[in-house]
Amino acid sequence: MSTQPTHGTNAGLDPQLLDQLNQLAQTLTSAQLSWIGGYFTGLGAQSGGSAIPARAAASENVLTILYGSQTGHARSVAEELNEAATAAGLATELVSMGKFKEKNLKKLKYACIIISTQGEGDPPDDALGLGEYLHSTKAPKLEAFQFSVLALGDSSYEFYCKTGKDFDHRLEELGGQRVLDRVDLDVDFDDGADAWIPQAVEAMKALIPEGGAPAAAPAFGAFGAPAPTANYSRKKPLKTRLLACQKITGRQSEKDIRHIEIDLEGSGLTYQPGDSLGVWFKNDEELVSDLLKLLQIDPQTTVHVNEEPRTIHDALVETYELTLLHPAFVTEYAELADNAELRQASATTEPLQAYIEDRQIIDVVRQHPAPIEAEALIGLLRKLTPRLYSIASSQAEVEEEVHLTLGVVKYEAHGHYHLGGASGFLAHRLQEGEDVQIYVESNDNFRLPADPGKPVIMIGPGTGIAPFRAFLQERAASEAAGENWLFFGNPHFTEDFLYQTEWQEFLQDEVLNRIDLAFSRDQEHKIYVQHRIVEQATEVWQWIQRGAHLYVCGDESRMAHDVHQALLDVIQDQAGYTAEEAEAFLVQLRKDGRYQKDVY
Amino acid sequence: MSEEQPLTEVEHIKARSRHLRGTIEEGLQNRTTGALPADDTQLSKFHGFYQQDDRDLRDERRHQKLEPLYSFMLRARVPGGVITAEQWKAIDQIARELTGGGLRLTTRQTFQYHGILKHNVKPLIQGINKAMIDSIAACGDVNRNVLCNTNPVESALHKQIFDDASALSTHLLPNTRAYHEIWLDDEKVVDFAAEHEPIYGDTYLPRKFKIAVAIPPHNDVDVNGNDLSFVAIIEDGQLQGYDVLAGGGMGSTHGETDTYPQIAKNFGFVKPADICKIAEGVVTTQRDFGDRTNRKHARLKYTIDDMGVEKFKQHVEERSGVTFEEPAPYEFTMHSDRYGWVENADGSWNLTLFIEQGRITDLPDGPQMMTGLLKIADLHGGDFRMTATQNLIVAQVDATKKDEVEQLAREYGLLRDVSVLRENSMACVALPTCALAMAEAERYLPDLITKLEVLLDKNGLSKQPIVIRMTGCPNGCARPFLAEIAFVGKAPGKYNLYLGGDGKGTRLVKLFRENIGEAQILKELEPLIENYAKDREDGEGFGDYLVRTNVVPAVYDGRDYHKNPAGYLSSGI
Repeated sequence: MSTQPTHGTNAGLDPQLLDQLNQLAQTLTSAQLSWIGGYFTGLGAQSGGSAIPARAAASENVLTILYGSQTGHARSVAEELNEAATAAGLATELVSMGKFKEKNLKKLKYACIIISTQGEGDPPDDALGLGEYLHSTKAPKLEAFQFSVLALGDSSYEFYCKTGKDFDHRLEELGGQRVLDRVDLDVDFDDGADAWIPQAVEAMKALIPEGGAPAAAPAFGAFGAPAPTANYSRKKPLKTRLLACQKITGRQSEKDIRHIEIDLEGSGLTYQPGDSLGVWFKNDEELVSDLLKLLQIDPQTTVHVNEEPRTIHDALVETYELTLLHPAFVTEYAELADNAELRQASATTEPLQAYIEDRQIIDVVRQHPAPIEAEALIGLLRKLTPRLYSIASSQAEVEEEVHLTLGVVKYEAHGHYHLGGASGFLAHRLQEGEDVQIYVESNDNFRLPADPGKPVIMIGPGTGIAPFRAFLQERAASEAAGENWLFFGNPHFTEDFLYQTEWQEFLQDEVLNRIDLAFSRDQEHKIYVQHRIVEQATEVWQWIQRGAHLYVCGDESRMAHDVHQALLDVIQDQAGYTAEEAEAFLVQLRKDGRYQKDVY
Repeated sequence: MSEEQPLTEVEHIKARSRHLRGTIEEGLQNRTTGALPADDTQLSKFHGFYQQDDRDLRDERRHQKLEPLYSFMLRARVPGGVITAEQWKAIDQIARELTGGGLRLTTRQTFQYHGILKHNVKPLIQGINKAMIDSIAACGDVNRNVLCNTNPVESALHKQIFDDASALSTHLLPNTRAYHEIWLDDEKVVDFAAEHEPIYGDTYLPRKFKIAVAIPPHNDVDVNGNDLSFVAIIEDGQLQGYDVLAGGGMGSTHGETDTYPQIAKNFGFVKPADICKIAEGVVTTQRDFGDRTNRKHARLKYTIDDMGVEKFKQHVEERSGVTFEEPAPYEFTMHSDRYGWVENADGSWNLTLFIEQGRITDLPDGPQMMTGLLKIADLHGGDFRMTATQNLIVAQVDATKKDEVEQLAREYGLLRDVSVLRENSMACVALPTCALAMAEAERYLPDLITKLEVLLDKNGLSKQPIVIRMTGCPNGCARPFLAEIAFVGKAPGKYNLYLGGDGKGTRLVKLFRENIGEAQILKELEPLIENYAKDREDGEGFGDYLVRTNVVPAVYDGRDYHKNPAGYLSSGI
């Protein structure tokens, strides 16, 4: 595998230095390379060099003019203020709240906020996100923050200038220092704005040190500086909190897919795109009660787990697997309950597999209840295991957070509603802010190319999209020169286009170069990602020949197989290979690390 | 006046659109979004459709990292609202297959489809065209669907006048082949420079343009809600010609006193043969003198008010070669529909159905109106007429089929007993699909009417027709500013209350109370209704009563609309 930079600029590096870098690169693993990439990015940020992406730039001695505007009035006032401030010699940054990255808020020092109020006290659309963030538990402390607010409104409404008032109040509450008292302006705001602008400029000028030179301390992106490698593991998970659990399928969707955000702040836990997250979960207490009732076991009965005495209730909630039905449970329970029907069902493998497919442990017991001893029950059960989810974020983007894309397992069967163990825990039982235990499961077999100039083709229908969100975040943050192509599929365009708005942004920013979509149920014939791959055979083959790395994530049983076959078809068709030659070609790609799968 | 102001963005979009082509075709191919590129959403209107999104879901979907639930609303061009039974069956089937379901009759005597996903727009347009209906210029800065009186007693005369309305519609169609190229796969025009828009020019009109043809004494087309109207002058059962009314219009903006609804001016009488020339003269004068720097000041009414009637008329006469004669007298008596059966001169019958808010659907747990109309279409084989107040006429029913039609109409909830108050009410679409709506209209007015019915019953007024109209914003699709009682949305649950129309559409309302909710609305109206019940003169309508008793001043000119003369109960601007 070559690590020679083949694309992009050398950023003014002389050949000797470049040579040294290349020599170093040859000796490193891809994981080490990724780490070093982050390290240098962090250093670049600290030196205030051009490594700072323009959109994140914010420096100490800059006046940030932040506006939330529906009809353009607030924007026009903001623009006027920007002109006046610039004319007065201040370095400024004029930015719409819709474009402002919320996480940069805590790095601001001087800000003028101009915001309107709509209808019955509502914020303008572009301020919805920032407003929610400010009022959420995620809102940062703003101790070094100095601000003033100009509120626009219409006094014929009951909640005159409410949004401006809310912002003003909340910013102070978060620790910000108010430089000027808030000014509220009615529909005839022109004169008021003309009066306010010079006051605001003068007040800010008095505070902001001369010269808008970038500050010494990094204004953003603290991530990148090496963090102490925290020693968390499956056995020693990090106990942290759920930040967000957001359904990301539409109202009419048949699927319930969640976007999960988990806090890593201060933990030192790090991960790389491609890694998985292990999540420990607790069983549903209601399920435990139902089960114990059916088996006529008192929940307070003591059992011994690893020789420790505990109540059966607690043991079942915390320590034993209750949702995944194992064949051995059926067989052993049949004996214990002395049930002929079950015994017969479990006698042969194939019917047994079919039997357990849509059943959980409680279904077996509900159908054949029998009084058994608590210790005997424990003996039938397996220990609970954490579930692994492909990580859907890159720390280059989300810093001290980790995100997942979670398909919630829920279905009706045997007269009852069923919920998956871990997905039920994360999506239904755990409230935002509550504790969850996690660890990172590193996966070096699912890594972006070490050479950022290489193109990548990502195939991830359904929740298989998760690692590719991480990949794209990483490639965007590192400004990787290689092209990115995504294949995604799900049932319906309007309901199931996971992370749609993010892909749109990546496309607009030209981080994502191509996207091909397969919405299986939007037309009479079902269309899946493999069909799109075959449709694009010529292009796919061209990308492969240009050194593209292929990634497949998602369902193993059918999708991964169908995609593999589609790739074979493309290679046979485009390269004129026989079936064997095509297979051999893919085998070689795998060996070269250019065809990687994360399937389940 | 406006030379120094920059042109609006829409003007630039039109100018670079290559006669309305833009990048619509490319936008249709983009599978990552259900929307069209922003510029093309301006151009799509000229092809008959608007991009919308379900505003009820907007915030929810933002959190779901999904774009707004975009869909399209397509409005057909159906001059005079006449549609055959066969066409009805075709549009019904298209509604079921390619839209969110259902049809919406509109105040422009046409139907519109809602909830069309992007990939269904083209099949849908091909479908209606197959049924000989198109959507060219149904929206956009051009002449839109031409209205025509629907319910004449003299069928032969109506046919003649309807043909005039159709001729106006055809005469003012854009010349561009864009519609045929994009939607009907016609061959592309190679030499674009040779394609001319003789009437509109490359940037079309500054703003939308609406034409109506009325037959007095019925003002069902609401002449004052139109930029240009032709009022038929009939003597001894013969069409003599038309009085030409220009510069009516509804749209205004809350809080901007230089915007206002306006009553049209009578330019004078012309012969039937001259109406297309006159229409072209008015349109081209508006094209050349209309304000292209401010879309809130771009309708014909402002051009005429700014230029002066005489000067404008002079332009029209020069361009058309037609001289206006003295206006002929006529009188309007009502601007609502007449419900139930009416016999035509040829012995056939028309049945006017009250379609609440123009919404025709099969409700999961309610009336199957759509299916009912399909059955009627199957049975009667005549035609349907959509009215300008969003109702439907089953027209030219053979006397032998009258009973069967009526039975079907009753069975499917198309014919039911409703109060005269409800029959005279009208609301625009508003939330959740209209991007301009500030408050509910269609989904709320029926409930408010129910509450007002109680008030009227209590005062013995249950047989008194009062024209009530509601819109979600002040652009005026349901022509609120001509109603006796009007509600115009300001914010969710809040309306401006206007009073004082004359029940025949020839006087404007006046703002009575600003930004009030339901409780306040009922509280404000109750004493007025009580007093009206006690003190009205014989045959006096509610709006006339309010004017006579100085509750509101009479407004006959939009330029007085924001004035507050002393001595009235009304307040605000």
